[in-house]
Amino acid sequence: MSATLLLEQCLNGMQLGIMLFLMSAGLTLVFGIMNLVNLAHGSFYMAGAYLCAFVYASSQSFLLGVIAGLGGALLIGLIAEFLIFRRIYKGDHLDHVLVTFGLTLIFNDLARLIWGPAALFARVPPFLAGQVNIFGLISYPAYRLAIIVVGLAVAALLYGLLRHTRLGMLIRASASNRTMASALGVNVVVLYALVFALGAGLAGLAGLMAGPIFTVIPGMGDNVLILAFVVIVVGGLGSVEGAFCAALVIGLIDTLGRSFMKPLFGLFLERAAADNSAPAIASMLIYILMAVILFFRPQGLFPPKSR
Amino acid sequence: MTKERIALALVVVLALLPLLFAAMGESYYLTVATRMMIFGIAALSLDLILGFGGLISLGHAVYLGIGGYAVGILDFYGINNGFVQLGVATLASAGAALFIGAVSLRTSGVFFLMITLAFSQMVYFLAISINSFGGDDGLTLNAHSDLGLNFGNTQVFYYFVLACLAFFLWLSFRVVRSRFGMLLRGMKFNESRMIAIGFPTFRYKLTAFVISGAICGFAGALLANQTLFVSPSIMQWTRSGDLLVMVIAGGMGTIVGPVIGAILFLLLEKVLASFTTYWGALLGMVLIALVLMGKTGLLGSMTKGGRSHG
Amino acid sequence: MDKRILLLAAAGLLAVPAQAADKITLGFMSTLSGPNAIIGTEIRDGMQLAVEQLGGKIGGLPARVIVEDDQQKADVARQLAEKFVQSDKVDAAIGFSFSNLMLAVYKPLVDAKTVTISSNPGPSQLAGKDCSPYFFSTSWQGDNWAEGMGAYLQKKGLQNIYLIAPNYAAGKDVIAGLKRFYKGSIAAEVYTPLTQLDFSAELSQIKSSNASAVFAFYPGGLGVQFVKQYSQAGLKEKFPLYSAYTVDESTLPAIGDDALGLIVATSWAPDLDNAANKKFVSGFEKKYGRVPAPYAVHAYDTIMLLDTAVKAVNGKIEDKPAFLAALRKAQFESPRGAFKFNTNQFPIQTFYQGEVKKGADGKPRIVIQDKALENYGDAYAQTCSMK
Repeated sequence: MSATLLLEQCLNGMQLGIMLFLMSAGLTLVFGIMNLVNLAHGSFYMAGAYLCAFVYASSQSFLLGVIAGLGGALLIGLIAEFLIFRRIYKGDHLDHVLVTFGLTLIFNDLARLIWGPAALFARVPPFLAGQVNIFGLISYPAYRLAIIVVGLAVAALLYGLLRHTRLGMLIRASASNRTMASALGVNVVVLYALVFALGAGLAGLAGLMAGPIFTVIPGMGDNVLILAFVVIVVGGLGSVEGAFCAALVIGLIDTLGRSFMKPLFGLFLERAAADNSAPAIASMLIYILMAVILFFRPQGLFPPKSR
Repeated sequence: MTKERIALALVVVLALLPLLFAAMGESYYLTVATRMMIFGIAALSLDLILGFGGLISLGHAVYLGIGGYAVGILDFYGINNGFVQLGVATLASAGAALFIGAVSLRTSGVFFLMITLAFSQMVYFLAISINSFGGDDGLTLNAHSDLGLNFGNTQVFYYFVLACLAFFLWLSFRVVRSRFGMLLRGMKFNESRMIAIGFPTFRYKLTAFVISGAICGFAGALLANQTLFVSPSIMQWTRSGDLLVMVIAGGMGTIVGPVIGAILFLLLEKVLASFTTYWGALLGMVLIALVLMGKTGLLGSMTKGGRSHG
Repeated sequence: MDKRILLLAAAGLLAVPAQAADKITLGFMSTLSGPNAIIGTEIRDGMQLAVEQLGGKIGGLPARVIVEDDQQKADVARQLAEKFVQSDKVDAAIGFSFSNLMLAVYKPLVDAKTVTISSNPGPSQLAGKDCSPYFFSTSWQGDNWAEGMGAYLQKKGLQNIYLIAPNYAAGKDVIAGLKRFYKGSIAAEVYTPLTQLDFSAELSQIKSSNASAVFAFYPGGLGVQFVKQYSQAGLKEKFPLYSAYTVDESTLPAIGDDALGLIVATSWAPDLDNAANKKFVSGFEKKYGRVPAPYAVHAYDTIMLLDTAVKAVNGKIEDKPAFLAALRKAQFESPRGAFKFNTNQFPIQTFYQGEVKKGADGKPRIVIQDKALENYGDAYAQTCSMK
């Protein structure tokens, strides 16, 4: 086991973490600001993936695909917010669970109805295909590096938006006290719609970036949803910074765990036992991690300041 | 009409159904109804902690699996005594609930939801990995639980499950109307006040959680008996989601509501699936309509009055 | 004189058998919803093509096919099996998508003496110790393509192969099947979590290993992901990728050029040169507008098998022993060539090595290049009591 391998696995872990962050940023935003449990988050992710893949394949233009994926997810988010979500903000979490569970069922079947049950072709655009040489040590897929870059940019933008702009201030004010903000003249209804659309857009962005490396298939959002929830719960519900850190931690531990668990087990278990138990533990690792963190710190790593 | 009266009426109707099916000449409907009753028991168990404790668990289906595998593994080793099988299934589920509850109940709200989900996922992946008991392929049972009754006869098994359902309905009403149940509900509405008065809230919540898990494990054992097959897929989180939907749609905190919710949910799923392979979309629309029309809970809900936010 | 005629007439009347069937009812079950619906849909499409090409009649009897969705849930599948037996009273239960569902419905169907024909799953238990005269598989035994690939790797004398598969029953079975025929050295044997999306960590491990080639098993959507990422990591040149059940005509469109150069094991490809295959492929492409996948072939064969068997008993399918014997004889031409059953009523067929190449239309397709294992049944037939 060499130093270059270790370095490469760290890079992999970071890349996975950033991917997880992209998937969960929208979810934590929506929960933190509007106290909304959105199980349909995976559907916006799926919408972004499908629309981008479809438009890119039809038009051969990646740019058009990105616009379709991002814009489509934003639009669907706005429509869903207007038709359904704005009526359930006042309801309790159970109403949210029921509605968003139903929405996920609808979106999954809709995807299968429109594009069929087979996986959709989604490719890495040619200018991002190929390898990049890092420090002359590792050759790493260019597309994965692009994901890291985009993810970091999104994190920076979100941070800037929430902490340093007037809009961000309005968002945070409405989150702390909706009635007061409204009384002070803030159009909370429009604001909430914007935040929801932003959340959906972020999910769509994650989806369209994930499409070329994962499989674009109905129900692709379901597994991602669980991962995203794990990230935001570990990070602290409503905290974008928390989601970022939690995502990186989880990505790194999961990747390093998968890579080195078998040799580690092999040190004190015989080969067959190590072969069998290591992957089983690896699949549970994320959940074990979450359970441990929540046991010691039930509010998550970086819970947002009191609301 | 009180909840108890509704429950009684339900049991009576269910008792008469086999006669109707026999007259129609469709014994197949008996197996359909039996499955609905088993899920009714599972939904009822979830209501104990959801409706009365306010604990949203997205990992409840794990007890269906634990109960089922208890029966399956004992059968694998040739132990078919019904009392042993059902006893172990219930105790194993209670034990698992004790462990999971001890860890999860330190959290609440969405955190609790996620931790229960995490635990059910862990058990799910564990079951897939263990090849000796079939892993992902599942475990086929050689024989039913031997309680001296012929479970191979669909009518006999139907009435046994009905008897179990009636028993758990009665038991749950007793628990809920008891001092213990009152305290549970008090904790749900205002936990800090309960703590201030001096009640050991954690212990009460854990007890409710264990009872709930045990009953669900029993349902899992019944399911294993009905299908003579147990597989990890019964523990998938989407199944836990189904259970949640059954309870919420039937009416949280009513005990009998979730049973009716389970029956209607499975009926709807079946009817829709026979029309189209896009039954998921139709089911989703029904769920959304239920909420938007303000009718979350066909039997009303205990929470619509004093709901807490967040 | 009159008495003799009367006696003859009476004898003639008594000799008439129980009411002959005037139609054949088939119960078809597969996974038609959810993320893995593609398999069940492909099976259904192949089955429906066959029924259509036969003019809606199987062996001359008008066919009534009941199509049900098992939602990939074992308890739903079991319930549907009971519906087939008790409510629909089917003459045969066919289809089935996945081995765990097949195992869940096996006993109720076979105990009710219902002819059961699998168009896809071939669990080892049903090929071996749990075999039944009522159960047939027109597809394969689950290890077959892995065995084919193993035989090919052994034939080519390859050494130091990196094995990777998902960590569940089928993953373990496939690797075991490969090792049954491949006796060379193994660089590593890795099982990944079943729901894992990102293989970067494993791909980095492969890159740093000294393996000469990689064998992977990742069915369905997992296969699409794995192959795409494998290609994107630039591993294809240094570590040729051999696989079974990982890429097929249903997933190739989604993978695209990333699949070029892959070596696969298969018992059928669209370009197999025989009359039955030409009729099947052209019919399928015309009806559904896409290239068929092997699952469709297996389902098509199920119907063709039933057709010849019903013809062989002159429509008297109620005569179970004769019907079963006729099914067992399996005298029909499959798109795979002449079809033959083994003693355990699983197919004996030839397995090929194929490569994914760019077709004339610019799209990748699987092209058969070599024979890997000829006229092979499976490893479990000896433990089946039927001889």
